[in-house]
Amino acid sequence: MTNDQEGSQLLQQEGHAERLTSLRGGESANLDREIGLKLFRDMTLGRRFEDKCAEMYYRGKMFGFVHLYNGQEAVSSGVIGAMKLKHDWFCSTYRDHVHALSAGVPARQVMSELFGKETGCSKGRGGSMHLFSKEHHLLGGYAFIGEGIPIALGAAFSSRYKKEVFSDENSDSVTAAFFGDGTCNNGQFFECLNMAQLWKLPIIFVVENNKWAIGMAHNRATSDPEIWRKANAFGMKGEEVDGMDVLAVRGAAQRALERARSGDGPTLIECLTYRFRGHSLADPDELRSEEEKDFWAQKDPIENLARILAEKGFSNKNELKSIEKEIDLEVNDAVEFALSSKDPDPNELTKYIWAD
Amino acid sequence: MTGTLLFNALRDAIDEEMARDPHVCVIGEDVGQYGGSYKVTKDLYEKYGELRVLDTPIAENSFTGMAVGAAMTGLRPIVEGMNMGFLLLAFNQISNNMGMLRYTSGGNYTIPTVVRGPGGVGRQLGAEHSQRLEAYFHAVPGIKIVACSTPTNAKGLMKAAIRDENPVLFFEHVLLYNLSEELPKGDYVCSLDQADLVKEGKDLTILTYSRMRHHCLKALPQLQEKGIDAELIDLISLKPFDLETICKSIKKTNRVIIVEECMKTGGIGAELIALINENCFDDLDSRPIRLSSQDIPTPYNGKLENLTIIQPHQIVDTAEKIVRKGL
Repeated sequence: MTNDQEGSQLLQQEGHAERLTSLRGGESANLDREIGLKLFRDMTLGRRFEDKCAEMYYRGKMFGFVHLYNGQEAVSSGVIGAMKLKHDWFCSTYRDHVHALSAGVPARQVMSELFGKETGCSKGRGGSMHLFSKEHHLLGGYAFIGEGIPIALGAAFSSRYKKEVFSDENSDSVTAAFFGDGTCNNGQFFECLNMAQLWKLPIIFVVENNKWAIGMAHNRATSDPEIWRKANAFGMKGEEVDGMDVLAVRGAAQRALERARSGDGPTLIECLTYRFRGHSLADPDELRSEEEKDFWAQKDPIENLARILAEKGFSNKNELKSIEKEIDLEVNDAVEFALSSKDPDPNELTKYIWAD
Repeated sequence: MTGTLLFNALRDAIDEEMARDPHVCVIGEDVGQYGGSYKVTKDLYEKYGELRVLDTPIAENSFTGMAVGAAMTGLRPIVEGMNMGFLLLAFNQISNNMGMLRYTSGGNYTIPTVVRGPGGVGRQLGAEHSQRLEAYFHAVPGIKIVACSTPTNAKGLMKAAIRDENPVLFFEHVLLYNLSEELPKGDYVCSLDQADLVKEGKDLTILTYSRMRHHCLKALPQLQEKGIDAELIDLISLKPFDLETICKSIKKTNRVIIVEECMKTGGIGAELIALINENCFDDLDSRPIRLSSQDIPTPYNGKLENLTIIQPHQIVDTAEKIVRKGL
């Protein structure tokens, strides 16, 4: 049901927002109170963390290029929340703070990295776009477009290799590679889709299609805006989902995980989403219309989930408010921790170049 | 004498290391069923299977990046560049990820990988297949660069490179694969960061690597006839340089010539001379000289090709000038 060509010509002419009304994805994930609150907590942490980053950046506490994830939380929480932490692997881009948080890297370590401190997850050597945590199976944030996909492919190759060469049945980890719509016009995307399907590697390609590659509108950059259909060229399963709906994303991730773990290979998931801020905090964001921004603001994934949780009686406003307060405390604590942490030792400037 | 050809010495090294450690695998174009374009992985596919000797599509940047990801998650991949020049297409993965990632990750990950393959100027292979990428990659942090030159060091260095925890760019020379030599018996490993003092001498130091070692060896008897006693050092490690051996020699001879196959501009010799000036300027009786390839794309025509790279007689002439006239 996901790969049919029917009606594609019509859809290709439609815009990003319009596609939401005619999605052909599968079922949304089941929801219960526990899962709902977990997803709400994870998305809220992502949102509040990024808001705090903006504040710190504008107050001159944080430097460099900082790309925030506001608006796209349903993708990180929907995919990573369906995976096994410290078992499956995650590969991100320059917009990596929230993927790291979803993967379980403590907010303190992420914030410290953004402040360039020794207590950061990359010891202050990486920065915003290069968050790493081997402990949490975060393969890293990769700042050049597309270069993380081959890395993720390698992790998926290791998983299959260990299963077959070492006869290790427990080696069933799946790797999620996150990247944006702009990446889907890059050779590494196509090369890795080919190899992943050819070798049936346990990998999920997660496209966060937020319509804009900095200032290049998706429709101006690609011959077929429906990225999920590109899987078809490789005989791969592709699926499009509402990337503002965490349960829809989670449902697609669960199906992809099942395929990957049972040896049926990769999946390409295109999540239609939107970033609520500019490309980076240095982006004047002059090209996107107010009308477009308003449209997507109405689809806020966190508000969306809060409404569903209340409607289904899994939670209520007061409870969600108290979760938000806890998260604000956690984020403030992360800032305090980062501010009070030490810079890396100047005597260790060249440490980590060579492995012993 | 039962000699071993250089490509077989490399093959033996890979075979032995694959047998020793199941994490070691080979990734590249035609490395499996075809056995490698220069047969360095011949029969390993049959012996170790298709996952451990993985034939890839022609997608250099992606399969090199895949090797990095595999190394980050526990494997020890050897990437073959069918021709080292093709790895220009993998420059991003080699520099950004293979080289820099251990540092930018604050030591989270190590990248034990070997990238190997034939480089250098062959016989009329045209410009694209005649590249000396060691100079292009020289500035990349976090990467060791090694050039083998004999069957003996090829085997020992390859084993060391596979066992090293760092990424190693391993340069073979397309015209040296058929060199034959009797190998030392048993399991031996060469040091990745140690230069080879090929011949001792007192009048001048000649620093070289890869195929130019053999051009220098051709020049030595002619120099001897002229009463010039040259010391020949094969650098082996192009990054980091074995400065101890280099400086010790210059301290003794007070004169140095660098013979290299890479182009002059931004070449290995350029960096080496800077280091020599920094480290043993006071030991020099004359200025250091570079004998390098011309700064041009390698021409197809055989005569022009010979004029592009350094020939033994140029080494003799230059050595004579520097010793006799203090050039």
